[in-house]
Amino acid sequence: MSVRRLADAAIQPKSFAFTVENLDWAKGEIAKYPEGRQASAILALLWRAQEQAGGWLPQKAIEHVADLLGMAKIRALEVATFYTMFNLAPVGQFHVQLCGTTPCVLRGADKLIKLCHDTIGEPLQISGDGKLSWVEVECLGACVNAPVAQINYDYYEDLTPENFTKILADLAAGKEVKPGPQVARQFSAPSGGPTTLTDPALYAHGNGGPLHDPALRDADAKWPGEPANVREAAVPKSPVGDSSANRRS
Amino acid sequence: MCLVELKGSPKPVASCAWGVRDCRPGPKGEPPEVFTKTPMVRKAREGVMEFLLINHPLDCPICDQGGECDLQDQAMAYGVDSSRFKENKRAVEDKYVGVLVKTIMNRCIHCTRSVRFMTEVAGVPELGAIGRGEDTEITTYLEQAMTSELQGNVVDLCPVGALTSKPYAFAARPWELNKAESVDVMDALGSAIRIDTRGREVMRILPRDNDDVNEEWISDKTRHVVDGLRAQRLDQPYIREGGQLYPASWRDAFDAIAAKVDTTEVKRTGAIVGDLATVEETFALKDLMTRLGVVNLDCRQDGAVLDPAWGRASYLFNDTIAGIEKADALLIVAANPRREAAVLNARIRKRWRMGAFPIGLIGERADLTYRYDYLGAGPQTLADVAAGAHEFASVLKKAERPVVIVGMSALARPDGAAIASLAARAAQVGGSDGWNGFSVLHTAAARVGALDVGFVPGAGGRNAAQMAAPGALDLLFLLGADEIDIAPGAFVVYIGTHGDAGAHRADVILPGAAYPEKSGIYVNTEGRVQMAGRASFPPGDAREDWAILRALSDVLGRKLAYDSLAQLRQALFKAHSHLRRLDQIAPAERADIAALAARGGTPEKAAFGRALDDFYFTNPIARASAVMAECSLIAEGHAALTAAE
Repeated sequence: MSVRRLADAAIQPKSFAFTVENLDWAKGEIAKYPEGRQASAILALLWRAQEQAGGWLPQKAIEHVADLLGMAKIRALEVATFYTMFNLAPVGQFHVQLCGTTPCVLRGADKLIKLCHDTIGEPLQISGDGKLSWVEVECLGACVNAPVAQINYDYYEDLTPENFTKILADLAAGKEVKPGPQVARQFSAPSGGPTTLTDPALYAHGNGGPLHDPALRDADAKWPGEPANVREAAVPKSPVGDSSANRRS
Repeated sequence: MCLVELKGSPKPVASCAWGVRDCRPGPKGEPPEVFTKTPMVRKAREGVMEFLLINHPLDCPICDQGGECDLQDQAMAYGVDSSRFKENKRAVEDKYVGVLVKTIMNRCIHCTRSVRFMTEVAGVPELGAIGRGEDTEITTYLEQAMTSELQGNVVDLCPVGALTSKPYAFAARPWELNKAESVDVMDALGSAIRIDTRGREVMRILPRDNDDVNEEWISDKTRHVVDGLRAQRLDQPYIREGGQLYPASWRDAFDAIAAKVDTTEVKRTGAIVGDLATVEETFALKDLMTRLGVVNLDCRQDGAVLDPAWGRASYLFNDTIAGIEKADALLIVAANPRREAAVLNARIRKRWRMGAFPIGLIGERADLTYRYDYLGAGPQTLADVAAGAHEFASVLKKAERPVVIVGMSALARPDGAAIASLAARAAQVGGSDGWNGFSVLHTAAARVGALDVGFVPGAGGRNAAQMAAPGALDLLFLLGADEIDIAPGAFVVYIGTHGDAGAHRADVILPGAAYPEKSGIYVNTEGRVQMAGRASFPPGDAREDWAILRALSDVLGRKLAYDSLAQLRQALFKAHSHLRRLDQIAPAERADIAALAARGGTPEKAAFGRALDDFYFTNPIARASAVMAECSLIAEGHAALTAAE
């Protein structure tokens, strides 16, 4: 984290307004909230503004959203500077958000950070060809596939300096790249196939009985449970009615 | 820093966020116990203090907050003598937020009190906290100047020295100052203030708590008019000879006046009281004029039609300022409370935020920091509401405690009497029995007091506008009256403090005392009698105004019967006994409003104007202040910007 400021006035566009489609969509977002709570739509609108402006939020875009929601400009600026997902200065066509939190670093993210430094440049600086920029972020929540990078809307997992270099080069060259794990595994399943619960005997009934399939496979639907509003745990008691009250007698 | 120990709780709890109902009883049902001074509390608070001080600079010796700093006080109680923090401290760029508030952002501890004050109390969401975590910074949007009239209060709110007063920067230390409790005269609310002086010089003005009037806020004009008390002061008598003012002695000045009084007809003599005069000196001037036989008296420079003969209720803010919080509907007639009484506006906003408070406005549109229904621009709309023809009348009718605020711009017109009558009728549209919501919002601190002592034209007397007309008078006394143009011809005696309009017009100038330099009674717009304390002394040869009048009366051969302020007050209390009850409001007759409503009259069609052209330039002290001039420039720039958008 560092101090976040609006981009230099020289590169700020003179004006910003939602396109007709985006404005329609924005009105739909605003309508989701009750009268007087329109400001709740600010994250969605800022995000759409960032998409429209090419991956970053110009000053005029923040003001446009603030006006649209009838909030003070400073309130919108507070939100835009709080969330790191909003870029306040232009980024490359492919913006790499590289996880630098403990599990990823344990699995070699520090090498990827150095690699980004060497191939792209300083954080939040656009590479010479305008294709790439990068920034180190906190946990992306995919630790099981560490190290992880988010490039635009996709996660790229199980990175090594080799496959990461290739991904960056392919992206810059305009080639297709495959998001998700970069090693042979499906999603977060163990790489190289299952490593536990592989003994067929585990699935036998009683001693030496016939073998059964596992109770549940990935493809099976889960057991239907109670709806979320039905409490499965005991209803908490008020302090008056709890054990301390019993002890009194 | 508010951690306390709760009996039975393994951890300290934050008392600011822990309700009493969340405390659990003991095992035998004993009532819960809270400890505030145990070793555990001490250790916990020391821990918090250490974190607070991690990024706080150790610059108390050069900090303006030093000596009156909340963090410093807490550090005295819970600080440890050394730091375990070996890393670099955070450095934050200072922000520009206007001419009144200076920022030293390294010191900010992110309490966000200033942000909340500006958003919730002042109602002008200009401050915000950008960034997050350690990098949070308090700033205005792109460092524009704040525009609120209450922004000075964030300096009081700031618990550290991050927001300090710009005009007062590096001027004095709190322990060198003498503190006097007084009452503000910049508007008619009579906010409670504390005047801090060093030697003879007033260094700063701070608010005092008074829940009935200003709660704990004061407007920027009240707070920052201080430098106007030093500039343009009249410190000796002057006499005009051949068109030029020359310094003179008191003796010569008095002789010149006496010579003029002797050769002037009583009918062609008059006196006008200005907006900052105390009740005592108004009373003394009236006493002197009565002894001379003068009936041309007036305290209403702006031409407001209010008349004590209509009863006291007809010129008071009957609802009372604190009463706004109990009101359930509000009609504002030709007033801009934000400009005319900024602290009152915060009170209206407070009530509005509680909900279920319809507000209607007749007059000039303005950003009042709360939402209102705009009913119309002129007296016709008011007549409709009063007659029940307007839809807002049904709102008033349903209300139990409706308030009608009448501004000076409605009353200071030739048809003011008819408008006052209409407003009184509108105030009687709704409301339960015994309710009096007719509320006149004065803009002059001296006005209600002067009306209370009856400083208005006697039988056959001329009013202020007639006295100022060409050829009307030969001799005119001005007691600090600067907001009225006196036509050439009359011989003008000006008793006042500043080289302002009145002094420029004067033939004899008698230097008086400004409000921090005298003790006096002021009656605020509600009719609350308040005593202003003396904090300092008048400059040079200047004297307290009542003493000048007393000395002048001797030279004129009509000696006033009091030799001290105490004797003057006794005479005053004898004539007007309600003034004796300090900090109280003498109840006004509700029947006066009914009588006023019955007076009737035909108002003109013209739309209501505004009472104050420039919030920052309403009196001679404010006009002499460089800080107020800067504020006015910024406000003008902001107005131009808003108009352009």
